[in-house]
Amino acid sequence: MPKLNELQVGQPVPGRAYTPTNVSLFLYNAAIWNPHRIHYDEAYTTGVEQHPGVVIDGPLQGDWLAQVVTNWLGEDGALIEFEYSNRKASYLGQTLVSGGEIESVDPASGRVQLKLFVTDEAGDVTSPGSAVVRLD
Amino acid sequence: MTLLTPEIKSWIGQSEPPTTVEVSRRDIIKYAIATEQVRQAYLDGDEAPPMFAFGLFRPLVPLDALGPDGLAPMGPMPDLPLKRIMAGGTRMTIHRPICPGQTLVGTRSFADIFEKEGKQGHLIFLVNELRVTTEAGEPVMEEMQTRIAR
Repeated sequence: MPKLNELQVGQPVPGRAYTPTNVSLFLYNAAIWNPHRIHYDEAYTTGVEQHPGVVIDGPLQGDWLAQVVTNWLGEDGALIEFEYSNRKASYLGQTLVSGGEIESVDPASGRVQLKLFVTDEAGDVTSPGSAVVRLD
Repeated sequence: MTLLTPEIKSWIGQSEPPTTVEVSRRDIIKYAIATEQVRQAYLDGDEAPPMFAFGLFRPLVPLDALGPDGLAPMGPMPDLPLKRIMAGGTRMTIHRPICPGQTLVGTRSFADIFEKEGKQGHLIFLVNELRVTTEAGEPVMEEMQTRIAR
């Protein structure tokens, strides 16, 4: 559990690696009811939409960013603001790594701002984001 | 060069009628498994992960209403000169957690459209606003979702 008086700007917030598979992408898109063919139909995705492979959903990477926050927070705080941008596409077969760091701490309000990122194997940030949490 | 005609821009501000959904524990658990959550409250479906709402209000339309790319029209949307759609990101404010048994009301509107020149050519950014409340009208979340057409 993060303690407000122990937090320091620049302190890393742990993330983790994800390697989506055909099965996990199928289940994710089924769970959100997303029939977009770029997430399961390889011939269509490479032929018609001219991607190099099946596309890893941008909002799935958004969820991984949210997990950085909620796993760090545990039960003792709330995520109140959250944003991300999908800047670089990622494709099935890639391993992506989430992470974050503390950007600012306001002891008076208990508000902490986090910088978030998903990076690919080339080291590029595919989805930068940020969050504001309130620690109880 | 602009691809955004006055007719396309005239869609800004249009809203869909509100959609009412019942939040099911089973749907939360499916989402939690597929997104590889580790928090037990999510895996047990006691509470939904913050991004669960992204799927909750996606349109349910008959198969013959899906486009050639598989997508259903999401919210009010003009016909665009660029057809290949990708996710662009989101910005959300969260007021209370989503839990099983809740009945939620979502309203989607076409908030903005603008264009940029990207590395791979012209891009159109579509911004949808999604406002979610409880049945009683208490705020649950507001979200600005961006999609990119290229």
